[in-house]
Amino acid sequence: MARIKLTVNGVRHSRDVEDRTLLVDLIRDELGLTGTHIGCDTTQCGCCTVHMNGRAVKSCTILAAQANGADILTIEGLAKDGELHPVQQAFTDCHALQCGFCTPGMIMAVVGLLKDNPRPSDEDIYHGLEGNLCRCTGYINIVKAVKQAAAQGADGH
Amino acid sequence: MFSLNYVRAKSLKHAAELLAQNPEAKLLAGGMTLLPTLKQRLARPSHLVDIAAIGALRAIRPSKGKLSIGAGVRHYEVASSPIVRQAIPALACLAGLIGDPQVRNMGTIGGSLANNDPAADYPAAALALNATIVTDRRRVKAGDYFQGLFATALEEGEIITRVLFPLPKQAAYEKFPHPASGYAMAGVFVAVTARGVRVAVTGAGPGVFRWNAAERALGRSLSPDAVAKLSLPADEMNEDIHASREYRANLVNVMTRRAVAKL
Ligand SMILES: Cc1cc2nc3c(=O)[nH]c(=O)nc-3n(C[C@H](O)[C@H](O)[C@H](O)COP(=O)(O)OP(=O)(O)OC[C@H]3O[C@@H](n4cnc5c(N)ncnc54)[C@H](O)[C@@H]3O)c2cc1C
Ligand code: FES
Ligand code: FES
Repeated sequence: MARIKLTVNGVRHSRDVEDRTLLVDLIRDELGLTGTHIGCDTTQCGCCTVHMNGRAVKSCTILAAQANGADILTIEGLAKDGELHPVQQAFTDCHALQCGFCTPGMIMAVVGLLKDNPRPSDEDIYHGLEGNLCRCTGYINIVKAVKQAAAQGADGH
Repeated sequence: MFSLNYVRAKSLKHAAELLAQNPEAKLLAGGMTLLPTLKQRLARPSHLVDIAAIGALRAIRPSKGKLSIGAGVRHYEVASSPIVRQAIPALACLAGLIGDPQVRNMGTIGGSLANNDPAADYPAAALALNATIVTDRRRVKAGDYFQGLFATALEEGEIITRVLFPLPKQAAYEKFPHPASGYAMAGVFVAVTARGVRVAVTGAGPGVFRWNAAERALGRSLSPDAVAKLSLPADEMNEDIHASREYRANLVNVMTRRAVAKL
């Protein structure tokens, strides 16, 4: 057991967890933030994507202990003052989801992509979303949403 | 995952002590190979010694005409580093092709070289560029370091600290990624050095290897056509559900020509 202190969506938390606890389990089970999903066992689907110290990471493949002292941003932390983040709004406008299971991870990955590359080409978008799988949409509307968000300058988070 | 003890090493010395005191301990760098293995219960270390916070392992810098990259440098840092892009652009390009953005944000060059997955990308660059693997004990040339499927010259408790890359005159990397994992079905790194052309192949065989016949042919004429008629013995290639031996041998030829065309 160890005491883990971390900041999630601007709020400081402190929890005693077993050393083998995964960050995603801390986020979901201890903090109750269930927007971060678990879609696979092989680090491939990206549903669990959150930002750790400003970089998109797969929280199913990080120990909570590795995140000790870190600043974490989850899907719940994107909207500000009741206004959706431009990437969330673009996903809504472009119908970039069907079942919605991949969506939180997809959106966190897109926010990360636009931070590094505010004006991505189609190729950049395909390459930038290689860590996220969607079983429903065929990706076409997701790419549309990324372009809409980029056009609105969504990188300024 | 089996239960284990997590320790964050404060320094290289601290990490080495922890490994010496706990024979069943394992180093943890980016965790992008080790944690999936632990989640599947394929390993049962007593301790994980996290070396990510050790500043001494994080530097990218020129070093006596070579490029030095710390073992703890993450893939995205190599891909986006102005120093790497200027010194060995092909290496930055290779790092940007590893896995996916989230994997590149965590995974490290030291972890990749220690693991020596037969389909990993960095081993091809290290072998083609004749890199030196520097550990807390000694220096090992890439040619001696890689010893086949997941095997390296590393001894028990030995820690990679940095990798020294001699600067090539020209270099290029081409890979045919597996569509789901991104790992190389075949990846070829071609380096033109003062001492001749070096061609290293990953993904196709049981471990990274040099393609000597292609090196000689490219030494005579540095053009894609020079290797067009060469073929690798298919019986030395890997075969699995993704590709036959013959297909992989052919992919190596195609990736080599593409890499040469990119020089
Ligand atoms: C979905 C996915 C896709 C991937 N695709 C690719 C790909 O296309 N190409 C590719 O090359 N790789 C790929 N990888 C692997 C990735 O590059 C890993 O980051 C890398 O292989 C291991 O680095 P790490 O820092 O994560 O090491 P860890 O997982 O932390 O450690 C790996 C091993 O190395 C040891 N180790 C770590 N650091 C050191 C050190 N300094 N000295 C000695 N031993 C050490 C550890 O004890 C462990 O045994 C992929 C991984 C995933 C999850
Ligand atoms: S749950 Fe699939 S990558 Fe994390
Ligand atoms: S919307 Fe269903 S998995 Fe992407």
